[in-house]
Amino acid sequence: MSVQEVLPLDGLAKEQPGQFRADHLLVAGMVKPGSKVLDVGCGEGDLLQLLETRGVDGRGIELSREGVNRCVAKGLAVVQGDADTDLVNYPDDAFDYVILSQTLQATRQPKVVLENLLRIGRRAIVSFPNFGFWRMRLQLLIGGHMPRTENLPATWYDTANIHFCTIKDFVELCDAIGVKMERAEALDLYGRPLRLRLPWWVWNMFGEQGVFLLSRGGRKA
Amino acid sequence: MVGVKSVPSPAISADDRSHEVDHPSSQVAQFGAEQPLRLDCGIDLSPFQIAYQTYGELNADRSNAILICHALTGDQHVANVHPVTGKPGWWETLVGPGRPIDPKHYFIICSNVIGGCMGSTGPASINPATGKVWGLDFPVITIPDMVRAQAMLIDRLGIDTLFAVVGGSMGGMQVLQWTAAYPARVYSALAIACSTRHSAQNIAFHELGRQAVMADPDWHNGGYADQGIHPHRGLAVARMAAHITYLSDAALHRKFGRRMQDRELPTFSFDADFQVESYLRYQGSSFVERFDANSYLYLTRAMDYFDIAADHGGVLAKAFAGIQTRFCVVSFTSDWLFPTSESRALVHALNASSARVSFAEIETDRGHDAFLLDVPEFFDISRAFLQSAGKARGLTTRND
Repeated sequence: MSVQEVLPLDGLAKEQPGQFRADHLLVAGMVKPGSKVLDVGCGEGDLLQLLETRGVDGRGIELSREGVNRCVAKGLAVVQGDADTDLVNYPDDAFDYVILSQTLQATRQPKVVLENLLRIGRRAIVSFPNFGFWRMRLQLLIGGHMPRTENLPATWYDTANIHFCTIKDFVELCDAIGVKMERAEALDLYGRPLRLRLPWWVWNMFGEQGVFLLSRGGRKA
Repeated sequence: MVGVKSVPSPAISADDRSHEVDHPSSQVAQFGAEQPLRLDCGIDLSPFQIAYQTYGELNADRSNAILICHALTGDQHVANVHPVTGKPGWWETLVGPGRPIDPKHYFIICSNVIGGCMGSTGPASINPATGKVWGLDFPVITIPDMVRAQAMLIDRLGIDTLFAVVGGSMGGMQVLQWTAAYPARVYSALAIACSTRHSAQNIAFHELGRQAVMADPDWHNGGYADQGIHPHRGLAVARMAAHITYLSDAALHRKFGRRMQDRELPTFSFDADFQVESYLRYQGSSFVERFDANSYLYLTRAMDYFDIAADHGGVLAKAFAGIQTRFCVVSFTSDWLFPTSESRALVHALNASSARVSFAEIETDRGHDAFLLDVPEFFDISRAFLQSAGKARGLTTRND
């Protein structure tokens, strides 16, 4: 079963299976067409290109020069920048959504970054690898070494990912800083969303990654 | 005795250059007494003229015009053989058939700046009030003055909104001034290797160049035209100093190293023993063939005065508040004249204004000059930016 069948997206050609990443399809589905979006850590611009097919006014920030230049050479509005230091330049409410896709764990100050996302965007969409995933736990418990997966192949000494968290950790951070969770999804190893209504601990155990749609105004814990 | 050879005198006569000043081999737009150019210094310049080149055709809804802004020592001959030097257009790598800015798709305009010496009114032109060359009587001009004059030309051509304004270095300054002064008339802006203000170091280099010109006894307090001479030596030294700032240590090392010029051993003289010396002397002497010394003083001064933020209460973002123009900002890693940090400051201001901006820093060791050279990554980015903007603008590009 292709990702596009699992995550059907209006207006997207079904004859291109596997062209888009599962989490990108999920994120794109959370964005209202025609809105203004900032993708922080946009890589080579795959998500921005997907969003542009949906009439979204997309902008991007990317740390690596190669990534930025490839994006710009695709005609995307991407600038070189760092989530930790450059989000402060954007004014309040500049975007309808700010997306942080698979980047939170690589920031120096995830809490400050998260607060900035919801300052410059009315909503934030955050996806990250779940370190509570059973395979991660098993590698640490049985293997006795820092977990490595297909999506996170780097060794502990050369990884850019310095702030790993579990879905449970992330939910607690959202509560702590008063962020409202409008929608939460967990994807399993094959990029399939876990069924809703399952208890948090199941998500935390079987979700390979978490995808959250956040807005301001949650109650602080 | 120590052998001394000064900078060689030019092969092209001063007549070729001065002929282009008043009778350019370009189209000319004349502005009479009823249309003076309001200068920042408070003077109304009138009459005045703008020399310009165009390439391609304006489409029916007048939406495909691209204005190219030239750099300090450039001119309107962006993509045709230069009438004085006989060399190819200065930006034929970017502009021309099959290039990112292709006359097949766009109506391309490039005008000589006010204060220049290739046909637009400047200090080398005849002052109609006296019948003599303006010289230092010419009013000091600014980058906003240049852009105001270009806007009058664009009006004259019947164009309301430019599809793109494109330029590098001083040309990039004009691009940014266009977006700050006429945001609604610029659909997209490609600003390359430039800054929103001239740095102290850059002003210092310009002052060095101006002092070299003014120290030449042939300069005659700017009145050399009346004497029928030109301060070649001073202007050549100014050009040599400036040319160093356009390159980089790595590029000079790669190109010349410590290699000798047509000899094995040092001559124990001040002759051009090293290739790099010979190269600089050539740059100096070929420059004076085509450029007016006073014009060089005025244009460097215009760059020095440039500071967009100062015109907007010291806050750069205010200059771009609410702007709809699509921006692409490009810098080069080894450019120390307009380093990436300057472009980044611009990008931050544009972000603060929620402008749509792409920003790429391109890795090269070729220094500031890289924007004029064959740098494929730069062309890919320029092409994609213009194509994407053209799509959003609804431009239909002809394919044949």
